Amino acid sequence: MYKRKIIASGIIMMLGAPLSAVAGESAEMQQIRQEINALKQSYEARIQALELRLQKTEAASSAAESHAAQAEAAASQAAAAPPAPAPADNINAFNPGVSLILSGLYSNHSRDPAGHAITGFHLPPAVMADLQPQRGFSLAESELGIYASVDQLFYGGLNFAIHPDNTVSTEEAFIQTTALNHGLTLKAGRFFSGIGYLNEQHAHVWDFVDAPLAYQAFLGGQMNNDGLQLRWLAPTDTYFELGAEVGRGANYPGTGRDKNGSGASALFAHLGGDVGDSNSWRAGLSLLTTAPQDRQWDDTNLGGAGVTNSFSGNSKLWIADAVWKWAPNGNAYYTNFKLQGEYLRRVEDGSLVYDLNGVAVPGSYAATQSGWYLQGIYQFAPYWRAGLRTERLDPGSVDYGVNDGVLSRPAYRPVRHSLMLDYNPSEFSRIRLQFAQDKATQGATDNQIFLQYQMSLGAHGAHKY
Amino acid sequence: MNRYSRFIAAAILLAVAAPASAALNILACEPEWGALAQELGGDKVNVYNATNAFQDPHHIQAKPSLLARARNADMLVCTGSQLEIGWLPVLLQQSGNPKIQPGKPGYFEAARFVRMLEVPTRLDRADGDVHPGGNPHIQTDPRNIALVATGLAKQLAEADPSNAAWYQARYQAFSGRWQLAVTRWEKESAPLKGVPIVVQHKGFPYLENWLGLREVATLEPKPGVEPSSGHLVQVLEQLQRQPAKMILRAAYNDGRPSEWLAERAKISAVALPFTVGGSEQAKDLFSLFDDTVQRLLAAAK
Repeated sequence: MYKRKIIASGIIMMLGAPLSAVAGESAEMQQIRQEINALKQSYEARIQALELRLQKTEAASSAAESHAAQAEAAASQAAAAPPAPAPADNINAFNPGVSLILSGLYSNHSRDPAGHAITGFHLPPAVMADLQPQRGFSLAESELGIYASVDQLFYGGLNFAIHPDNTVSTEEAFIQTTALNHGLTLKAGRFFSGIGYLNEQHAHVWDFVDAPLAYQAFLGGQMNNDGLQLRWLAPTDTYFELGAEVGRGANYPGTGRDKNGSGASALFAHLGGDVGDSNSWRAGLSLLTTAPQDRQWDDTNLGGAGVTNSFSGNSKLWIADAVWKWAPNGNAYYTNFKLQGEYLRRVEDGSLVYDLNGVAVPGSYAATQSGWYLQGIYQFAPYWRAGLRTERLDPGSVDYGVNDGVLSRPAYRPVRHSLMLDYNPSEFSRIRLQFAQDKATQGATDNQIFLQYQMSLGAHGAHKY
Repeated sequence: MNRYSRFIAAAILLAVAAPASAALNILACEPEWGALAQELGGDKVNVYNATNAFQDPHHIQAKPSLLARARNADMLVCTGSQLEIGWLPVLLQQSGNPKIQPGKPGYFEAARFVRMLEVPTRLDRADGDVHPGGNPHIQTDPRNIALVATGLAKQLAEADPSNAAWYQARYQAFSGRWQLAVTRWEKESAPLKGVPIVVQHKGFPYLENWLGLREVATLEPKPGVEPSSGHLVQVLEQLQRQPAKMILRAAYNDGRPSEWLAERAKISAVALPFTVGGSEQAKDLFSLFDDTVQRLLAAAK
């Protein structure tokens, strides 16, 4: 290469002279000479080095030949590309990445959680039981995730949630394509729906111990679905993504139904980008449509008697979400700030049958209810973050048709404020303290203290934005 | 000379090659690889850097702008060795772009082309932020840049075969200039051989290996763990017994721990650009090492 270079520069000298301006010629020639000299010097240096190495090799000729080669490889350091590392030659070599999240919780509530409800928002008893806080020590949700590429076309993964009561549920079990072109990704199986911002994240990356009230009231905490999801990322420098889902919709706000076709569908759009080096943002709009059949909940009528309501009809949930992140120069390691908020609005209409002492009374049902949360998380030093969340639900309008005079329609607005402080000694561990004043239930203020740990073992999970 | 050879090469290519297609979109995970891709690709490539010199490439997020860039990228040029493990997998999974998936010509890992240092013999997160493949900060040794350039030139030609000759010609030109520059840096930095240094983060093994610097202490008690006051006092005591010349840190590191120690140990704290853009002087790969060597020499005086 060097020889070729010298020849090339010679030719260029010959060609270059007539081309260049007369005034610049001598300087240019001088520079070329200098470069040739430098080339010569480096050549000589290399030859010397080679001679030296030859001498060394001769001196060490008594050593085994392989040994000498090894030593030379080490001596020449970065001078040669390394041999490709041999892949591990054992039966486990293709095992998927395994990641385990361990979490434990201590909760202190000023009120007995037994009567806990979100006044004006009707959740099926099973969903309510899941959201019911537990006092004292408990094992919060542990997660076991197993992920890997399937082949050249697919990626797949499974995520188990292990609950404190020794039950296990499958949070996610999906396959997704990696080889579709044009920004398309197709996912199948069970997965967290792409609606909203928090919904798609695993609970252990949330910034507070619990889900926002609006997520509890409208999604039962978090919505996963069995079905298909197609996402399309637009070929623009500004992030723009569209997504559509069809699925079983067995979970609240839908109900399990044995029928052909889809029981829950979702549409979502995301837009995002950067503002300078220090800011990034994402905003989204989503619509979740379900068709619950006999969704039941317990209520009290105006006479104070317990009734069971059963709703069948259409449920549309709109979510607008936005997140803004700031870090000086984009370096979030020392300090950063995140502002995040979501607004959820649900419109339901259909029929409602209320059951009082075994007597079923049919009527119509139409309700428009909403809720929002806004939270800010500030990392003020490495490892330390503080956060504030405020949230409110609006019971909106509920119309029971002919039963308006019988069933209660409270105008109460549930409110909650939370304050958290967490310590993150590494990207794999977190210890969190959270205080909250929870006024979800009318006439009952619950002051809460949580102390929680969340630890991540095994494969290094990459997190979504 | 280079101006001419480049000009001639470009003229020949222009005359011979078919009309140039749209430029190759390259998403570089770190600015040094962005700069290298630019050197080898010239105006046949569009380079976007996912990170800048003031960001720790281990700790950024798969933010929307990066997803959009990954979607449109024809090629990813990254360090590898798990440096980008906290965010690159998300880009790969969500980009819907088969061109940049591992194993494709559009997926390039620089660490595959160099001899890795500090490959751990045991893997335990109790040892801090260790990388199973070895220390990923390979760009601080210019000989590594040369090795990566060889690999990248080949892969650029695979990803964009119609311009293969162009990449090869630019690689030849770059490689010649680089070799000269390395020789010059090595000559200039001869006084640095054997100089004892302290590093804030274990980010410089390749630089130390190249220049013969001798690392005597680290401010981080474990890789990726912030220096604690207790540990700093220990290092200070150690430096009183075993003096060092300077404390090195990367542009993106917090300056306070090394300034604190430098003041008490009466040695200099040096912020190295670490990558292109890490200082006002470090505008490209050449000036990156010019500046690095100058800063080291100034501190060693």
